Amino acid sequence: MTALIPRRVRSLASLAEALLTPHGMDRYLELVDPMLVRREIRGLVTAVRKQTPDSVTLTVKPSRAWPGFTAGQYVRLQVEIDGVRRTRCYSPCGSQYDGELEFTVKEQGLVSGHLNRAIGVGSVLNLSTPDGGFTLPAARPGRVLLIAGGSGITPVLAMARTLVTEGHTGEIVFVQYSNGPADALYRTELAELAARHPGLRVVHAYTHSKGGDLNGFFAPEHLARVAPWFRDAEAFVCGPKPLMDAVRDHLGERVHTEEFTPPALTFDTANAEGQVRFKRSGRECANSGKPLLEQAEEAGLSPEHGCRMGICFSCTQLKTAGRVRNAKTGEISGEEDEEIQLCISVPVGDVEIDA
Amino acid sequence: MTGLQDRLTPEQVEEFGRELDELRQRTVDDLGQEDVDYIHNVIKTQRGLEVAGRALLFAGFFPPAWLAGVGALSLAKVLDNMEIGHNVMHGQYDWTRDPALSSQRFEWDNVAPAENWRHSHNYIHHTYTNILDKDRDIGYGVLRMDPAQKWHPYYLGNPAYAALLAVFFQWGVMLHDLEFDRIVKGERKWSDTTEVVRKMVKKASRQVGKDYVLFPLLTGPLAPLTFAGNATANLVRNLWSFSIIFCGHFPAEVESFTEEETENESRGQWYLRQILGSANITGGPLFHIMSGNLSHQIEHHLFPDIPARRYPQIAGEVRAICEKYGLPYHTGPLHKQLWSVAKKLVKLALPRTSPAPTTVGADRQLRAA
Repeated sequence: MTALIPRRVRSLASLAEALLTPHGMDRYLELVDPMLVRREIRGLVTAVRKQTPDSVTLTVKPSRAWPGFTAGQYVRLQVEIDGVRRTRCYSPCGSQYDGELEFTVKEQGLVSGHLNRAIGVGSVLNLSTPDGGFTLPAARPGRVLLIAGGSGITPVLAMARTLVTEGHTGEIVFVQYSNGPADALYRTELAELAARHPGLRVVHAYTHSKGGDLNGFFAPEHLARVAPWFRDAEAFVCGPKPLMDAVRDHLGERVHTEEFTPPALTFDTANAEGQVRFKRSGRECANSGKPLLEQAEEAGLSPEHGCRMGICFSCTQLKTAGRVRNAKTGEISGEEDEEIQLCISVPVGDVEIDA
Repeated sequence: MTGLQDRLTPEQVEEFGRELDELRQRTVDDLGQEDVDYIHNVIKTQRGLEVAGRALLFAGFFPPAWLAGVGALSLAKVLDNMEIGHNVMHGQYDWTRDPALSSQRFEWDNVAPAENWRHSHNYIHHTYTNILDKDRDIGYGVLRMDPAQKWHPYYLGNPAYAALLAVFFQWGVMLHDLEFDRIVKGERKWSDTTEVVRKMVKKASRQVGKDYVLFPLLTGPLAPLTFAGNATANLVRNLWSFSIIFCGHFPAEVESFTEEETENESRGQWYLRQILGSANITGGPLFHIMSGNLSHQIEHHLFPDIPARRYPQIAGEVRAICEKYGLPYHTGPLHKQLWSVAKKLVKLALPRTSPAPTTVGADRQLRAA
């Protein structure tokens, strides 16, 4: 009997979908309550708190289609600003076992600024399915080194909280780099977490003030002092690019990183050649040497996009002809019918995009 | 034959194009929350009317409920197709990046699949507006709507075909993409239509399934009444959209063009053709909404991707620009425009038509002769 219920619910749902064709059930349900949607993922803001003057921490209850996330992954959050939906990536920073999601957003840029200023309890956000490969291995390492800088704390904190929930039995060292005590996000929570879990040690490194457990920017001796076993550990790092580069230089391939800061991309706009054709819309323009996302926007199209730095794949479109250079890697590819990220792909000569 | 291009001097046409480009840019720059709120309100009203209409038909044994249900459902279908579907699928709200308002993803309550329609309407009709042999909306491949279309005894049935097209308009729009007349002439093979037909069958069966099978069945003993109610709502929407659309391009004074005179058009000349080839319908704000603002066909043809609620706002300026350049701005009340279309349908059923042909090119030829 119990096995029958889901089937009946499913067939009722498909009957409803057939009756509500062509718009589908969500387009009706959302008019009653935006959180009732079945296919899309929405998040209801249930709490808002300020840890620091220039950041906000939102607690978000996801709608039924939320599949759960793995600590370290990111989610594309979407908000409507002056009628336009804007997307940015954020890592939930709670344990992956929590029912609600927690986002801490530093006030910088359009979307983060809006999240800081205009979002309150009861606001509804659009969420993507979680994405990203910056995660703990399934077989949890015995020794874990977590290094966070600034707002890079979010995915790393999710890992720490997840390990604590799991009752991790090994050693975890959490090194947090911040300008000084006032900037150290989640200071209290980290202290509580460490108090609760004997295997976890929290280390505060201050880059611009005295009095930290460590002082100054990352240096190899920092690790020697706080985690002398670092060569046997798996390290997870997220923060400003110089921090990640420095750790990577020191630790090599045992380092897992998540880059949220835009890579320094270079564009040669002076020597650009060829035509860019957007097939579906029939628009065409001379290649300006800028990324295709910008060229599409300049041609009057509004392609979907997210991070604009090659991370989130929101802007991926089919390239039907021509060659593009990946501005992040410098790699040139000319495969036919290839999916490319518009925001970091620069045309090399004639290119046709199915957009 | 340079009729269309003789309307304005090259300097004038350039200046005229620039003025319209500026008007467009000013409108685009001003788009924002108000436009999104507006379309969301229309959608909310449409969904509300639809749900109410369907619900009332469950009480269809009570004649006033049946009538009210059919009324609400008819209004819902009209709103869905005209102010929402037609406009969203033109990309008018793509700038919002809301997937529910995306031109590429939207599907309307109509048997014509959105994807086929976007090709035949957004691309073919809006690019080649009123160019004979290119704009397939001239006569929809079944009617003689222009004296330059060669007469054939088949066209004696012109008014009857038009009446049939009005009654079954959504099916006409769907079949439009088959380009059946070109298949008859041997210009297009049946095998070219496989993909288009597959989409038609899929979309039409879902639409027919919901209106003529599922909803009637759900009302049990009232099935015949629900069936009739849904058919009536579809009919009302068909007659209404046929009327609005035919008034947009086929009243007597609207011009059509030849391929020769529209070769190598500049942006300004393209704008010029859109104005000469379209006609507005006068009316109140509610009338404009129910027509999907296609009562502002001229403004729509100039700027098909600007949210339609902006057309009434910019109409005054467009009209002033037309006056400045001595161009006609065709407009009139619905009954006048409909009468003009009807007269044309009857006249063109016969081989010899009026001595005043409507194409600019032919007009010039006549004067030269």
